[in-house]
Amino acid sequence: MNTISVEAGLILAGILFMLGLISVMIRRNIIFMLISVEIMLNAAGLAFIVAGARWAQPDGQVMFIFILTMAAAEVSVGLALILQLYHQLKTLDGDAANKMKG
Amino acid sequence: MEALLWLIPALPLAGAVILIVTAGKLSRNLSALVGAGSVGLAALITLIIGFGFIADPAHTFHQTLWTWINVDGFKPTFAFHLDALSMVFIFVITFVGFLIHLYSIEFMHDDEGFSRFFAYLNLFVCSMLILVLADNLVLMYLGWEGVGLCSYLLIGFWYQEEKNGYAARKAFIITRVGDTAMAIGLFMLFQHFGTLNIQNILTQAPQTWTIGSETATAIALLLLGGAVGKSAQLPLQTWLPDAMAGPSPVSALIHAATMVTAGVYLIARTHVIFELAPVAQQWVGIIGAVTLLIAGFSALTQFDLKRVLAYSTISQIGYMFLALGVGAWSSAIFHFMIHAFFKALLFLGAGAVILVLHHEHDMFKMGGLKNRLPVIYWTFLIGSASLAALPFVTAGFYSKDQILWLAWAGEKGNLWFFLAALIGAFVTSIYTFRMVFLTFFGEEKTHVGHHAGKLITIPLIVLAVLSLVGGFIELPHTLGHVELFSGFVKPVLPAVEMRPGAESGEWIIQLTAATLCLAGIYVAYYFYMKRPDLRRELKSSMIVTNRFWFSGWGFDALYDTLFVKPFVYLSTRNKDDAVDRIYEGIVSGLNRVHNVFAQTQNGVMRWYIMGIVIGAIFVLSIGLILT
Repeated sequence: MNTISVEAGLILAGILFMLGLISVMIRRNIIFMLISVEIMLNAAGLAFIVAGARWAQPDGQVMFIFILTMAAAEVSVGLALILQLYHQLKTLDGDAANKMKG
Repeated sequence: MEALLWLIPALPLAGAVILIVTAGKLSRNLSALVGAGSVGLAALITLIIGFGFIADPAHTFHQTLWTWINVDGFKPTFAFHLDALSMVFIFVITFVGFLIHLYSIEFMHDDEGFSRFFAYLNLFVCSMLILVLADNLVLMYLGWEGVGLCSYLLIGFWYQEEKNGYAARKAFIITRVGDTAMAIGLFMLFQHFGTLNIQNILTQAPQTWTIGSETATAIALLLLGGAVGKSAQLPLQTWLPDAMAGPSPVSALIHAATMVTAGVYLIARTHVIFELAPVAQQWVGIIGAVTLLIAGFSALTQFDLKRVLAYSTISQIGYMFLALGVGAWSSAIFHFMIHAFFKALLFLGAGAVILVLHHEHDMFKMGGLKNRLPVIYWTFLIGSASLAALPFVTAGFYSKDQILWLAWAGEKGNLWFFLAALIGAFVTSIYTFRMVFLTFFGEEKTHVGHHAGKLITIPLIVLAVLSLVGGFIELPHTLGHVELFSGFVKPVLPAVEMRPGAESGEWIIQLTAATLCLAGIYVAYYFYMKRPDLRRELKSSMIVTNRFWFSGWGFDALYDTLFVKPFVYLSTRNKDDAVDRIYEGIVSGLNRVHNVFAQTQNGVMRWYIMGIVIGAIFVLSIGLILT
């Protein structure tokens, strides 16, 4: 059975994380920003899985299940916020939410 | 009956509290009832206690209400001590105080601050009673500062006018100079005796110190400093003439009859210490002698009726100090009592004149009031005769004559004290009758407004009677030899020791004093009634001296150059407050930094994310560099 090297897994996780981070920074649409945060979470989860496989420990997979449940909770709160934001501002532009000027 | 003693100060205090709490919401009649009634009740209780006390003046009554402070052996109590000396004082304070309260009901009737006036006046009476009844010096100091506060409040009673506020501040600050000296004296007393109970100190002092001891002298001089400030003696006398900015009843009660004699009370009360410090006691006499002359000559040149009386008060308290200085303790207290009667009468009379002439203070614009205001004229005349010590019929003659005689014949008396007192007596009768002639004789210059009512005339008549008959309780050896008063205070104040071989001359001195008094009246008559042209000539030929006396011997100008101007100069130079600059610099620096960082809080979410990322990169790269 072909095994994937640890380096390759970690590089993939790194690329995914950077992609997510960059799109959080450059996207204006708030839904895309939420999706990008999810990508970053999954990148972190991937890194855990790879590390768990490397040392043949179940801890990595346990952490991934944690991240999944946390992501589910985060999305439900995040979506509720987005709905409220849309309801109030009639737009999904994240920058429009600077009404309080800091 | 003496168990009621605590009620005497408590009643005016209750009156003051009621009037302050209701804040002028009571009707005028009710305010007057509370204000005058509380003092009237106190006077009644004083009379009842006094009748019991007269039977045995040697006994003392002590009443402890509660322990005031209890810190490590320092344990002043809230306790009253009644003996013959405080009996005389509480009698004068409550009785004359009550008459002045009655008078004020009519005098202040149209004033907006009617109830405020009575609140202050009641508080004053309460403080003054605490001052003279206190059994320890701390409680006495409470009363001492209390009367100072009330004096400040009442001088500045008509506070809308700036100069009244200035006069009030001046009185408060100048007396504070003396009070500081007195406080230091109290600290030293506590250091040496471990107690501030007056009776304990008086019994322990002769055992601790020998006569002429340096500590005793220092303490006596510090106490004298307090007395000088309160009693407006040289060099702290300048506040009293300006204090006339207050309403006339205030001048009568505080600045003539009671508060300004607190210094006399203090010295008489602590006379044991002064006897142990002959140098300090001599200074009491010197200050008294110089003050009575300086103030007497200043009174000669004033044209404001109340300022004449103010300088006259300073001068008469100078007589009391002179008496204290020669050890004639009971004469000083006797003159205090008689002075309280006739000076209160004169101030109330002057107030009535000023009131009916629509607040005209200038004597040269008065005149001819003799027939217009007969009651005020006759009572004022009696008061003036008593002040000028008109021989044989007035109380002032007997009290002042005693001081003159003892200034000469007392063991500590000398020729200079006697001469000062004699010249002072001559000057007193001139300025007194100058005042009478200008105010009541001659032609009428100002129209008389409304006439004074019963509440004004009754106190005047009562005080006039007292100014006449009050002297007969103490007659000299040559005239009947009655010693009711000195016998009464003898248990507290020892009799003066005579210089050997001086007993025979008493009648010569009496005759000289009587002649000088009559001569003074004639001089006043000559210059102000008979030959006014000569007076103007005299005035213009002595214009420099006249101005000098008029300004109170230039003391105000002197203090202005010595203290006020340097202080104002330093304050203006330091207007920006050099020390504060450092703190201002810190504040403005922080403010600038704050402004820079506030820019980053712009509400754009992606900026924050960027910040987080940059921060994370920063922290990670530091971590990499360090490992």
